[in-house]
Amino acid sequence: MRAWLAKALRRPMAAVVLALIIGFIIGTLALALGGYDPVKGFSYMFTGVFSSTNRIMQVIVDSVPIAMTGLAVAFAGRTGLFNIGAEGQFILGQITGAVIGFYVPMPPILHPLFIILCAFAVGGLYAGFAAWLKNRFNIHEVISTIMLNWIAYYFMIFIVNMKSVKVPGSQHSPEILDTAKINFFHRDFRTTAEGQALSESSPFLRPFIRTDAGYAIIIMLITALLLWLILKYTRLGYELRAVGYNRYAAEFSAMPVKRNALMSMFISGGVAAVGGAMLVMSTSYYITMLGTTEGYGWDGISVALIASNHPIGCVFAGLLYAALKFGGLEIQSRMRAPTEIINIMIGTLVLCIALAPALPRLAERLERKE
Amino acid sequence: MEFLNTIVLTISITLMYSSPLIFTAIGGVLTQRSGVDNIGLEGMMAFGACGAAIVGFFAADPWLGLLTGAVFGGFLALIHAFIAVTAKGNQIISGIALNLVGLGVATFITRRLFNGAAQSNTVPKGIPKVLELLGVDKSNSRLLQSAEIDLTVILAFVIALVVWFVLYKTKTGLRVRACGEHPGAADTLGVNVTLIRYVCTTLSGVLAGLGGGVTALAIAGRFTPSVISGQGFIALAAVIFGNWRPIGATLACLLFGFAQALTVILAGTPWLPTQILAMLPYVLTLLVLMVFVDRSTPPKAIGQPYFKGQ
Repeated sequence: MRAWLAKALRRPMAAVVLALIIGFIIGTLALALGGYDPVKGFSYMFTGVFSSTNRIMQVIVDSVPIAMTGLAVAFAGRTGLFNIGAEGQFILGQITGAVIGFYVPMPPILHPLFIILCAFAVGGLYAGFAAWLKNRFNIHEVISTIMLNWIAYYFMIFIVNMKSVKVPGSQHSPEILDTAKINFFHRDFRTTAEGQALSESSPFLRPFIRTDAGYAIIIMLITALLLWLILKYTRLGYELRAVGYNRYAAEFSAMPVKRNALMSMFISGGVAAVGGAMLVMSTSYYITMLGTTEGYGWDGISVALIASNHPIGCVFAGLLYAALKFGGLEIQSRMRAPTEIINIMIGTLVLCIALAPALPRLAERLERKE
Repeated sequence: MEFLNTIVLTISITLMYSSPLIFTAIGGVLTQRSGVDNIGLEGMMAFGACGAAIVGFFAADPWLGLLTGAVFGGFLALIHAFIAVTAKGNQIISGIALNLVGLGVATFITRRLFNGAAQSNTVPKGIPKVLELLGVDKSNSRLLQSAEIDLTVILAFVIALVVWFVLYKTKTGLRVRACGEHPGAADTLGVNVTLIRYVCTTLSGVLAGLGGGVTALAIAGRFTPSVISGQGFIALAAVIFGNWRPIGATLACLLFGFAQALTVILAGTPWLPTQILAMLPYVLTLLVLMVFVDRSTPPKAIGQPYFKGQ
């Protein structure tokens, strides 16, 4: 039993599995302490997510921006950089999407591609700025990117609030042109007679018609695959990982550590911003005067940590996160329990991941006692 | 006269916005000097703000509220201390997680107590004012009204002085600093590294909780999920800018508080949009770090767990 336990603790997935279990235990406790029936709560969560194909598709749609910021944080993380700025880069991506999506008329297909390219550049440069601050001034990226997040947030509010941008009588920018939208089916199609007939007759197409599902899902999957391939099979990826493992060894082997840090942050920021742009192009269609940030960047940090910075893992961690969030809203609407229960669960989960370095030592202790 | 009034008002608003930062930054200095990095200060502030606002509302006693805030913050920090010192886990990840947990639990509790609303009701009694306590009659003077500050401002400076004294003028302080520079050497000389790091980390949470409590009780008058909005991180920047010294960090906080005050004083000026003004503290933080961080020397053992015998 002890030997088995020790062996299990040494597996790479041990921390994540343990964290998941403890996360759910704390979630249960919090619900119970709050005076809500945890069994009911989790069953609402479960049925909320899995009771129809529409709902499952909705979770997949919701997972895209979270997975994108997760991928961004994970990629930088492999280089030993902690990109807390995914939030700000994501916001800049949203702004890029909303502005070019409305003000620059272009033919379909080209329009979203152009937006994605611009968003990547903008987000990349913003994150690259943080890397430059680190290279040149030795400012820790955790501090600088937090400041950049707030600057990006207020910049978004500033843009939305401009007289020439804000739609009169509303709190948001104008809706992007149809050419910039990347849904499989146009949102209006849902309510047309044709659309209703099609979604009634084809259970397969129904979730695609009735949700905002779109090419963003495919682009996210391609991004994950690309990042994984870059890390695994290219010279750049090798060097980036080497810096992540041991900065000084990499420097000693004449690797351009500073340039690589810049490159890593550029790609990371680009990915986060594309996530923001895709959210605008597939779901929100405009940017809004928000009371506070939406927190996609922070979600991404949790996703990357749960996935141990593995790009493919981020896709699944993103799904898990989106499902939990969706289920949290379900708990809130069905039993009026605060949706923050999900933040508590995910926070606990991440807290347990911080404990990961302790597991091998625990295993050692177990073996020694034997 | 009008000009003088604006200056006095700017100073008192600066002091008002600096005080929560000073509490938190002093906490940051303490924990980092002992060798434990704590980027969870933001969450501890939020949790402290929640505790302070709730007790401040239900008990109608600001001091009891502040005390609760301190306890709440200290509790979160104790978890961080366990992960950082005992379990020797990843301090950055733990801090990130506690930011999530702190704000999550705070909002959860608030929703539970205030009928599903994410913000608490306004507290009936704020922090006592200094001039009022001194019995100054300010009803006839606008200048005196502008000069009024909360008692917690004084408290913030007192705590900064006390921590400075302890860190630099006492044996205990020397031990704390030794733990942050070379825990192995400290251990050899019989210093209990574990204990010192536990105490300093927990105290950092207590101070962050106080900072959050001051924000909730003296500035906002209530808890809202966005009441802290980055102050914990600004306090961390102040620690770096202040070169890990209590007095330096306090001066840095005053600078950031001044930036906040400017956004208030200049609000409504036609040629500067509010949002651009709101960026000011964050832009200033970056600029200040660009100029000063190269000259700063962090504690050598910061963020590294200490293994006995290494």
